[in-house]
Amino acid sequence: MTVHINKPATGNKAKRILPVGHYRGLGAWTVFFFIFLYLPIVVLIFYSFNANRMVMNWGGFGIDWYIKAFQNDDIQKAVWNSLIVATVATVFATAIATIGALVLARGGNFRGKTVSLGLITLPLMVPEIVTAVAVLIFFSAIGMNWGLGNVIIAHITFCIPFAFMPIRARLEGMDTSLEQAARDLYASEWETFRFVTAPLLMPGIVAGSMLSFVISMDDFIITLMVGGAGSTTLPVYIYSMIRRGLTPEINAVSTVLLFFSVAIVTAYWIVSNKSQTKTVH
Amino acid sequence: MKRHLTLLSAATAMLISGSSMAAEELFIYNWTEYTPPELITKFEKETGIKVSVDTYDSNETLLAKLQAGATGYDLVVPSQNFVPILVSEGLIQKVAVHSLANYKNLEERWQKPEWDPEQEYSAPWQWGTTSFSYNSENYSGKGTSLKEFFEPSEEVRGRLSAFQTPDEVVSLANIYLGIPFCSEDAKQMKKVQDLLVGQKEFVVAYNSETMSDLLTSGEAVITNHWSGFSRLGRLTGAPIVYAYPKEGVVGWYDSLVVPTSAKNVENAKKFMNFMMDPVNMAMLTENQGYGDAVKGTAAYYSDELKSAPEINPPADLNVFFAPTCSPKAQSLIDKVWTKVMQ
Amino acid sequence: MSNWLPRSAAGRRWLGLAPSYFVIGIFMLVPMVIMGVFSFLEPNPYGGVKPIGSLDAYVKLFFEYDLEDNLVFNPGYINIIFRSFQLSLGATLLCLIFGFPVAYFITLQPANRRNFYIYLVTIPFWTNLLIRTFAWIIILGRGGVIETPLLAMGIIEDSLRMMYTDGAIAIGLTYSYLPLMVLPIYASLEKLDFRLLEAASDLYANRFEVMTKVVIPLCKPGIIAGCLLVFIPCLGAFIAPNLLGGGKKLMLGSLVQFQFASARNWPFGAALSMLLLSAVVITLIFYARAAKKRAVLEGSA
Repeated sequence: MTVHINKPATGNKAKRILPVGHYRGLGAWTVFFFIFLYLPIVVLIFYSFNANRMVMNWGGFGIDWYIKAFQNDDIQKAVWNSLIVATVATVFATAIATIGALVLARGGNFRGKTVSLGLITLPLMVPEIVTAVAVLIFFSAIGMNWGLGNVIIAHITFCIPFAFMPIRARLEGMDTSLEQAARDLYASEWETFRFVTAPLLMPGIVAGSMLSFVISMDDFIITLMVGGAGSTTLPVYIYSMIRRGLTPEINAVSTVLLFFSVAIVTAYWIVSNKSQTKTVH
Repeated sequence: MKRHLTLLSAATAMLISGSSMAAEELFIYNWTEYTPPELITKFEKETGIKVSVDTYDSNETLLAKLQAGATGYDLVVPSQNFVPILVSEGLIQKVAVHSLANYKNLEERWQKPEWDPEQEYSAPWQWGTTSFSYNSENYSGKGTSLKEFFEPSEEVRGRLSAFQTPDEVVSLANIYLGIPFCSEDAKQMKKVQDLLVGQKEFVVAYNSETMSDLLTSGEAVITNHWSGFSRLGRLTGAPIVYAYPKEGVVGWYDSLVVPTSAKNVENAKKFMNFMMDPVNMAMLTENQGYGDAVKGTAAYYSDELKSAPEINPPADLNVFFAPTCSPKAQSLIDKVWTKVMQ
Repeated sequence: MSNWLPRSAAGRRWLGLAPSYFVIGIFMLVPMVIMGVFSFLEPNPYGGVKPIGSLDAYVKLFFEYDLEDNLVFNPGYINIIFRSFQLSLGATLLCLIFGFPVAYFITLQPANRRNFYIYLVTIPFWTNLLIRTFAWIIILGRGGVIETPLLAMGIIEDSLRMMYTDGAIAIGLTYSYLPLMVLPIYASLEKLDFRLLEAASDLYANRFEVMTKVVIPLCKPGIIAGCLLVFIPCLGAFIAPNLLGGGKKLMLGSLVQFQFASARNWPFGAALSMLLLSAVVITLIFYARAAKKRAVLEGSA
C-alpha cells in the first residue's frame, strides 16, 4: 500500500524552515476553505430547528420538523429511493469507469482512442434537460418501464464520466514499473491487478466513486423525467414542493442524512483501524 | 433486434400487469405536499385501494413527460389551461365525471367549465388566484391597482419581485393593459414587452420559490404571489397582504384527470368521486388553503380559514382564467420573455 | 483466473471498453441521435415534434422575424451562450484557485488521514443543492448571517445588498462545484513523488519554481479533469443564477429548459444543445491536437 516512501513530515514543528514542497499559508487557506464549505451546512442544520413554517425566517426553536419528517412516509420513501439509486449507480459506474480508464490510460495509442474518450465523456457534455427528455423518449420507445430501474440505468450512464475523470487523471503518467516488477516475479495477471494496480489506483477510485455518489444524490431533472411510478427521489420531492413553499422539514431530513453518513464512515474508520492494528501486531 | 425489443416489452408489460393484479392500486402524480397524507389514509381505509403518490414540479414537466411517453400514472393534476392540450394530444381519457355519484355536489359555476365543456375528463382539486402581495410595514400603497406592480412608485425601486416563468406575469400584464389573453397581435404584445422591460428596472429578483421570505426579510416590498401561498406567509406572523387590484387577477384551477395510459381507471374514478364529497374536499382545502369547488365544504372549515382574506376575495373581484394559447400566441409570449430576459 | 481473458492486446482493450460502450452507447448515444434528428424537425405546438423536416431551429439561433416579418440577424441567443461561457469560465477559475491548494494540502497529510480529508470535502454535498443554496440566501441576504452582526456593531448602516448580484452567483457556483475540482486534482497529485521536489530544490529551484515547474506539470491531468468537470456542468447551471442572481438574465441552462417546458419548442431546445455539444467537442479536439503536438515535440527533443 505505501508507495511513497519518502514523504516529508508535516511541518508543524519546523515553523522557520519549511520542508521542500510545503508552502506558507497552505494550512490557513485550507481552514478558510472548510469554513466556506461548512458555513452553509451549519446554517442549514440550525434552521432545521426552526419553529417557523418558512425555511428562511427564524421563528424560534423547535424539533417539530424532525417529528414531522419521521412521520412522513413519502419523504422517507424518497430518501430510501435516493440512497438505493445512488449506491447502485455508484458501484456500477465506478466499476465500468475503472476498466475503461485502465484501457484508455494503459492500452497505448490505438485507433478509436479519441472516439472512446469522447463517448465516455458524452453524458457530461449534454445539458441535463436534453438527456432527460431524450432518454425518456428512448425508454418509452422500447417500452422499458421498470420504475426505479429506469432511474438507476440513467444514473449509471451519467455517473460514468464523473467516476472516470479522477481515475484516469490518477492513471495518467503513473509509471508501470511496479506492475512490470510484479509480473517479472511471476505474479499472475489477477494478482498483479489485485495487489499492485488496484492499491495504486485506490485514491482515484475513492475520489471517483464519491463524486458519482454525490452527483447521483443531487440529480433532479433526469430523475424527474425518467422516473416511473413509485420512483420519487429526495431531490424530486424537494423541487416539487414549490407550489407550497419549502419547509424546514427538508432541513431536518438533510441533517439526519448528514449524521447518517458521518455515522457510517466513523464506524468504518473504527473497524478498519482496529483490523489494521491487529495485522500489525 | 426488433423481436427482442418486443419480447422485452411484452415481458415488462406482463410484469407490470402481474403486479397490479395482486392488489387494488392507484398511482397519483401530483405536486409535492399537494396531497395530504390523512386524505390518502382515509381513502385507503374506505376502499381498500393502495395509493402511491409521486411528485412533479410544474404543468410543463407533466406535459413533456406524458408527451414523451411516460406511463404508470392513474391520476394527474394539471391546471385548467393544460386540460385542452392534454385532450387534443390524446394524453388523457374520458371518464364521464358528470356521471359520478357525487358530481351533484359540484358548485354550479364550476360545472362544465370552458376547459372541459362536457365534464368528461376533469374532477375538481383546488383553485386559486395569482396577483401580488406586499409587506404592509414597508409599503404605503394599498394594492388597489396592478399599476403598483407594473409601474411601481419610487419606494419599490430595486425591491420588486416577479415570477420566473412568463405565463402568469404576461397574463397579469394583459389584464393591466386591457389586451386579451393569448393575443396573436404582435403590436399588442410589443406593449406587453415594453411594460415588462420597464418593470425590470425595479426588479430585484425573478423568483417563484421564496416570495414570502423576500417580503419578510425586506429584500422585496412587492412580490408576485399565489393566494394560498401568501396566506401561509402571513400565518407565520409576517405583515404580508395579498392584493386584489381593481383590474382583476389571474385565476387557475387544478383538476384531477386520468391519463390515457392509466391501468386503474376504475380506482381513479373512485378517487374523483371521493374528492367531490364535501367532508373530504374540506380536508384538502384546510390543508392547502386555496379554494375548492364543492358545495357545503365551508361547514367543515376552521374559523381561521373561513375568515382568511386570501381565499375570500371581494365579491366584485374579476378573476380571469387563462385559456390555452394558440402556438402563434405562445411563440409571441416566448419572444417577449426572451427579450425581457436579455 | 484470467484464462478466459482474450490473449491479444486489442481483444483485451475492447473487452475493457465494452461495458462503457454498451451503457453509454445505448442509453446516451442513441437518445442523443434521436435529439439530433429532432433538431431538424418541426415543433409540435404542444411539445414533441412533427415528422416534417425543417431547418427553422437552426435559423432561429441566429435570425428572427421582426414585426414586419423580415428575417433579421438576432444576436440574442448568441449573447446568452456567450454570457454562460463567461460565467462558467469564471466559476472554473475560482474553483481552481480555491481548490488546488486544498488538494495539495491533503496530499501533504499522512496517508491514513488523506481519505478522511477527502471525505470531509464531500460531506456537505450529501445535502440537496436547493437547500444549500437557500442556506446561502440566509448567509448573504438582508438581515442575514453576515449582515446582522455588522449592523449590530455599527460597522455598516444599511443592507450590503450582497444578494442578487454577480458576486452571489459566483459564490453559489463555486460552492456547488468545488468537490468536482478538488477530487480529480487530489487523485492525480497523490502519486506525486516528493523526491522529485527535493531533487528540483537541490538543483536550485526556488519554491515558486518547484510548484510551477514540477508539481503543476505533474498533476496537469487532474487539473484538466477538474476544469472539465466544473466548466461543462456549469454551462447548464440554473439554480445559482436564478436563486442567488435573481434570474434577471437568461443563462444557457434556463434557456434550454425553457424550450422544453414553457415554450414547447423541442427542436429549438435540441438545436441549442447540439450547438453546445459541438462547441465543447471542437474545443476538446483542438485541445487534444495541441497536446498531442506538444507531446510529439517533447518526445523528439
